Amino acid sequence: MSTPTDAAPAQPGVRKAGEDLLTVTDLHVYYGNIAAVKGVSLSVKQGEIVTLIGSNGAGKSTTLRTISGLLRPRTGTVVFDGKSLVGIPGHKVVGHGICQSPEGRRIFPKMTVEENLELGAFLRNDKAGIAADKERVLDLFPRLKERIAQKAGTMSGGEQQMLAVGRALMGSPKLLLLDEPSMGLAPVLVDLIFDTIRTIRDQGTTVLVVEQNALAALRIGDYAYVLESGHLKQEGVARELLKDDSIVKAYLGG
Amino acid sequence: MTQTAIAASEVKPRRLPRETAVSALGLLLVAAVVVWVLYEAIKSPQEFASLIVAGAGNGALYALIALGYTMVYGIIELINFSHGDLFMLATVLSGIICVSLFNVDSFGFGAVGAVALALLISMAAAALVNVAAERVAYRRLRRAPKLAPLITAVGLSFMYQWFGQRQFMTGSAPKQWSTMFGDDGFNIGDVRVPYTTVTVIAITIPLLLLMVYIVQRTRAGKAMRAVAQDQDAARLMGIDVDRTITFVFALGGGLAGAAGLLYLQSVGTSNYNLGFRLGLIAFTAAVLGGIGNLQGAVLGGFLLGILSSLNDGMLLGQQWSMTVVFTVLILLMVFKPEGILGSPTTEKV
Ligand SMILES: Nc1ncnc2c1ncn2[C@@H]1O[C@H](COP(=O)(O)OP(=O)(O)OP(=O)(O)O)[C@@H](O)[C@H]1O
Ligand SMILES: [Mg+2]
Repeated sequence: MSTPTDAAPAQPGVRKAGEDLLTVTDLHVYYGNIAAVKGVSLSVKQGEIVTLIGSNGAGKSTTLRTISGLLRPRTGTVVFDGKSLVGIPGHKVVGHGICQSPEGRRIFPKMTVEENLELGAFLRNDKAGIAADKERVLDLFPRLKERIAQKAGTMSGGEQQMLAVGRALMGSPKLLLLDEPSMGLAPVLVDLIFDTIRTIRDQGTTVLVVEQNALAALRIGDYAYVLESGHLKQEGVARELLKDDSIVKAYLGG
Repeated sequence: MTQTAIAASEVKPRRLPRETAVSALGLLLVAAVVVWVLYEAIKSPQEFASLIVAGAGNGALYALIALGYTMVYGIIELINFSHGDLFMLATVLSGIICVSLFNVDSFGFGAVGAVALALLISMAAAALVNVAAERVAYRRLRRAPKLAPLITAVGLSFMYQWFGQRQFMTGSAPKQWSTMFGDDGFNIGDVRVPYTTVTVIAITIPLLLLMVYIVQRTRAGKAMRAVAQDQDAARLMGIDVDRTITFVFALGGGLAGAAGLLYLQSVGTSNYNLGFRLGLIAFTAAVLGGIGNLQGAVLGGFLLGILSSLNDGMLLGQQWSMTVVFTVLILLMVFKPEGILGSPTTEKV
């Protein structure tokens, strides 16, 4: 098992100490009258990769969409970097430093790879910074460099996934939300994506990642939450959960 | 797995020859029309040229209105049925400003100033009405089934017509206004060119270019294209979706306002139900060019303008105008359903 080199030599089984970058408290989110998230609390600390796992329909995407401001919670708070985000419209959340690569990629199919990346930096004005981030994204995903002028909708699913992650990085986020970044990818690409997520964290971006591929997600995660039908079922240091029998049974096919 | 493979290989060879036959037939039809047009052009070149000039003038107006349809459709997939009636209101407003307020009835310094002012006011007013319609009527229906905003648009169309029918607007009968140029014009060789046609084209072309520039080159245009493709994804980029849609309605309304004034200056009459016919033609132009495609709407507008002008003057006569327009539309829909410049919808989801 490969171990990410953590600066703070934490004891096994204990979460790194540090300030919360994101704190979600007692979140309740509804679609009409249907409750999708029923009292979820979680936190993400600066410099962590936090993993959110759970079966289909558990409310993972709903949680991320609420953090990004696409959905309004019925009750509960979302505090990011000391500021409350509840009630702030979706397009303003990005400005606070939260970028999301949504479930199903949601790239702009009729635009080129380059235009998609530029849209990721829509709110930014620092030309030099944008150019540097573009450089960085293309270094992370050399495939995108080859396809820079191609219409995004004509790319393969894996390439589109890279673009979705790259586009989110173009916003220069403090917190990167990734919703199932490995969905539909070949095993080789899954490894690549997870390696890249670790690289992104090592370059200083905090990551909250939702995954179906629980094994891979728990391996790269620092801390993990398990969601089940809208409730928080379990939380703990990611590596410890890997050893947990009930987790192994339910999510790792053990 | 194997089943789909078999099905695919079964379908393919059967479809290919049919598609070739259909497109061959389409090409044949286009060729026939071109031959006919060339024949008429050689037979009586002057008449042909003046019909082209008149057709281009009408076509420019169709293009202006068509852009309003196509841009709104492009961004929220709404066929804004009230758009033609908005244009009608603008014709009347421009008439009131030019004639009732400034007594424009002939060319002159003052008249040009008054018409220019009326152009700006018509554009601003139509933009404002369109934005208000979006804000009050369409926005809350954005997540409703497609039929709901569509019916709302039809309702707004009736409301605009009702308003146009008031006595201070046109009343129930067509109303006449004097215009700056009347029938004046000049000759190029033997071809008569009315001043109004020149004016219409001189104002339309920059507006069309401006629209294309805004959509393709500016930040707002980038936001428009992003919102058109995926609203939630656009939000995740930090794009204010509501404001972007408002902006599109403002642009479309402004163009309808300009078309209103230009129409009244060319024709001199308006009627509360003018928007129905003109709106239908412009919508047809938008579909013809490929709905959602700006250049397509412009192309469709000019194409229909010139085609119906040729028909009126040389082919079947004015009473068949609409028949010809819709025949062209139906034929195109059979042979190229996505429109002339529209892209076939084969996006990965
Ligand atoms: N737009 C919607 N309208 C109504 N219900 C919805 C909507 N989106 C999600 N839901 C419901 O909310 C619940 C949580 O959905 P969510 O997408 O958050 O699950 P998820 O954990 O991301 O699942 P998956 O792993 O399949 O992506 C599900 O029961 C789902 O049916
Ligand atoms: Mg999901």
